[in-house]
Amino acid sequence: MSDGQTGLQGPAPEDRPHPDGRRNAQGIRVDPAVESEREPRRTVLSAIVEHEPGVLSRVAGLAARRQFNIESLTVGPTTVDGHARITMVVEEPDPGIDQIETQLAKLKPVISIGELDDDAVRAELVLLKVRGEDPDKVHAITEMYDGKTLDAGPETITVQLTGDEHKIDDAVDAFRRFGIIEIARTGQTALAHGGKKTVPGEEPGTSGEPTKPTTNTTSK
Amino acid sequence: MSERTAPATEPAPAATEAESTDTEVTSGATAVIRALENADVETAFGVQGGAIMPIYDALYDSDIRHVTMAHEQAASHAADAYGVVHGAPGVCLATSGPGATNLVTGIADANMDSDAVLALTGQVPSDMVGSDAFQETDTTGVTAPITKHNYFATSPDTVGDTVGEAFALAAEGRPGPTLVDLPKDVSLGETDREPGPGRSPATCRPRTEPADAEVEAAARAIERAEKPLLLFGGGVVKGNATDAARQFATEHRIPVVTTMPGIGAMPEDHDLCLSWAGMHGTGYANMAITHTDCLVAVGTRFDDRLTGGIDTFAPEAEVVHIDIDPAEISKNVHADYPVVGDAERAIERVDAEMTASPDAREWCEQCLTWKDEYPMDYAAPDTEPLKPQFVVEALDEATPDETIVTSGVGQHQMWAAQYWTFREPRRWVSSHGLGTMGYGLPAAIGARLAADDDETVVCVDGDASFLMTIQELSVAVREDLDITVAILNNEYIGMVRQWQDAFFEGRRMAAGYDWCPQFDKLAEAFGARGWAVDSYEEVPEAIEAALAYDGPSVIDFHVDPAENVYPMVSSGGANGKFALSEDQL
Ligand SMILES: Cc1ncc(C[n+]2csc(CCOP(=O)(O)OP(=O)(O)O)c2C)c(N)n1
Repeated sequence: MSDGQTGLQGPAPEDRPHPDGRRNAQGIRVDPAVESEREPRRTVLSAIVEHEPGVLSRVAGLAARRQFNIESLTVGPTTVDGHARITMVVEEPDPGIDQIETQLAKLKPVISIGELDDDAVRAELVLLKVRGEDPDKVHAITEMYDGKTLDAGPETITVQLTGDEHKIDDAVDAFRRFGIIEIARTGQTALAHGGKKTVPGEEPGTSGEPTKPTTNTTSK
Repeated sequence: MSERTAPATEPAPAATEAESTDTEVTSGATAVIRALENADVETAFGVQGGAIMPIYDALYDSDIRHVTMAHEQAASHAADAYGVVHGAPGVCLATSGPGATNLVTGIADANMDSDAVLALTGQVPSDMVGSDAFQETDTTGVTAPITKHNYFATSPDTVGDTVGEAFALAAEGRPGPTLVDLPKDVSLGETDREPGPGRSPATCRPRTEPADAEVEAAARAIERAEKPLLLFGGGVVKGNATDAARQFATEHRIPVVTTMPGIGAMPEDHDLCLSWAGMHGTGYANMAITHTDCLVAVGTRFDDRLTGGIDTFAPEAEVVHIDIDPAEISKNVHADYPVVGDAERAIERVDAEMTASPDAREWCEQCLTWKDEYPMDYAAPDTEPLKPQFVVEALDEATPDETIVTSGVGQHQMWAAQYWTFREPRRWVSSHGLGTMGYGLPAAIGARLAADDDETVVCVDGDASFLMTIQELSVAVREDLDITVAILNNEYIGMVRQWQDAFFEGRRMAAGYDWCPQFDKLAEAFGARGWAVDSYEEVPEAIEAALAYDGPSVIDFHVDPAENVYPMVSSGGANGKFALSEDQL
């Protein structure tokens, strides 16, 4: 206890100097006069993960609790025993994409993760079940989109189409006229163009050799 | 070990010597305990129960000291605090189902504060998992979001390695909690496999050595700054970077603010130290953070209680952000100059890279002026009511410099942090990110067991926080632990009452106790010593007696129920607009 204590002292908030600077919602310093929020960006992330129970729920759970916007997610084994590749289409304003990558990289089963360049090859598969009343027309549209008829009967016809997102979207539109009864899309999967590595550290294998990431020195 | 006599000329090989005390590996459970012994675990906190009984049975033969807690939540808090004070991960154990779910609060707390904790939980036998068996909970599912990683043990042959890995991972890089769920058949299953040396998984090794380009860019930014400010977070403490951080600050004469978990990274009575910033931080720390042109942040995640509204946080500053976790870079505040790496290494590298100190003499003067302009002070009447801040100062004065202080959550926590002068790291042990009432007493138990015998441990608690884990007094008495609990008893859940008065027109819904137990009597009933204090004159005597008593003691300080915590930045508000009283909010 010091003498003559009167409580907290000092100029009131309105009597203090206040800087003019501002940050936007992402914590980036901005010109206060201009409203600046970045536009969301859509991109593909690819991750090599340990193929163990629960890995998918760890990835999906992390995305959900951190409010990462994941449009689609595919998973499947690679040529290396115990490894799987997860491919995600995500949409976030920068630097949110980096945030998804670095947070996912912290998950123990994630071996390596990276964002694909624009020239990456991407494909999706869709199964479409439409009414079977007009088999010739359905067949024609299926041909037009390089599709395949998997199942045909008097009531329904089921076709398979593959291609990039735009092609699939167009095709789905084209099939609407027949009345789409059911649809199942796999979501996009993708690999880097040519000799580029799909995820950092990954050594593209030649035939017979497995594709494996060397180390995970990237963003960890 | 002492029974063995070996000829003086021929020292016994370490391995043989170890065998006489270490657990012999015969089962999954013994492998688990061996893994803990290999990791030099000396103390563990927990509560027995069906699914974890094989592990406890294996502990019977071990030298590890097990402290039976009254509630599993307390086991996880004690392990957390033990780790903070000790430096190596704290260990806690619980059975399946309710035992595991009771640990959850402490695990979540450790996760938010980046505290290294290893939790071991019993689980129903593997073939019953998924059948809603008695005391079955999906523990790995429940704790996945609040652990660095958790493991479901599958074989007695590998469970020892898994526990070793989980222990190592808890401490690796940015520390945090890990958990191993142990189905009973795995614990009971036979094995003679010795667990290998515990190593954290290859996919989780952090980058410790910062990149040259990042170091160079950061050094240039600091050199040219006119108003540089260092912000030391909990990462400086956890990363054992305190010496390097202090050296950097004093060599370049750069003022320092800390976060709450960073308290003690810089001696609070050092002329360059402006104490901690944020919601209830000092006016001068918040002025400095508002006006700096180069904020050099080390080991902090820019929590919203620190930043206030992001729009007005350090609005003029280029941000240099040193962190071992790349995911913290630009998560909340954009880092103009990120440096990913170990805090100590990064500070040393940036220091070595700098060719000149920034010219910050004027800025330093300015910071000192703010210290004079906004002194930390409180109005204290001559007799009653007793002011809580006075009690904190009196405790600080009566205890040695290196005293460890734990706390609950609320006003008392803020007064303890504001009015205790911390000079060393790992002395302020509190629940920051999760804000867990009830942390204080179990934390004091954990801290006591990690501290040297000659160190003093004090828990500054609130009446409501104390009631949340008061049962742990039984543990302190049984284990004969020398701790002093100082309750700043305002007969309110005071922080809530303060907010109701400020933001809810004084409608004090569910904020007061119409009846509060006599804590001094309660302490005596537990077998501890208790005192009740109403006036200033009684304060020194009660503190002296409690500190002199070699065992758990409780002082119930009846403090002014109307006292409020200031300065205060309203949530989402600008740090520079901190209020000095309610009418300024
Ligand atoms: C487990 C838990 N429940 C509720 C809260 C919300 N809360 C924050 S402070 C506070 C009041 C704490 O009262 P007390 O421990 O007496 O401390 P005081 O503020 O009076 O010093 C409450 C209820 C919390 N932080 N933790």
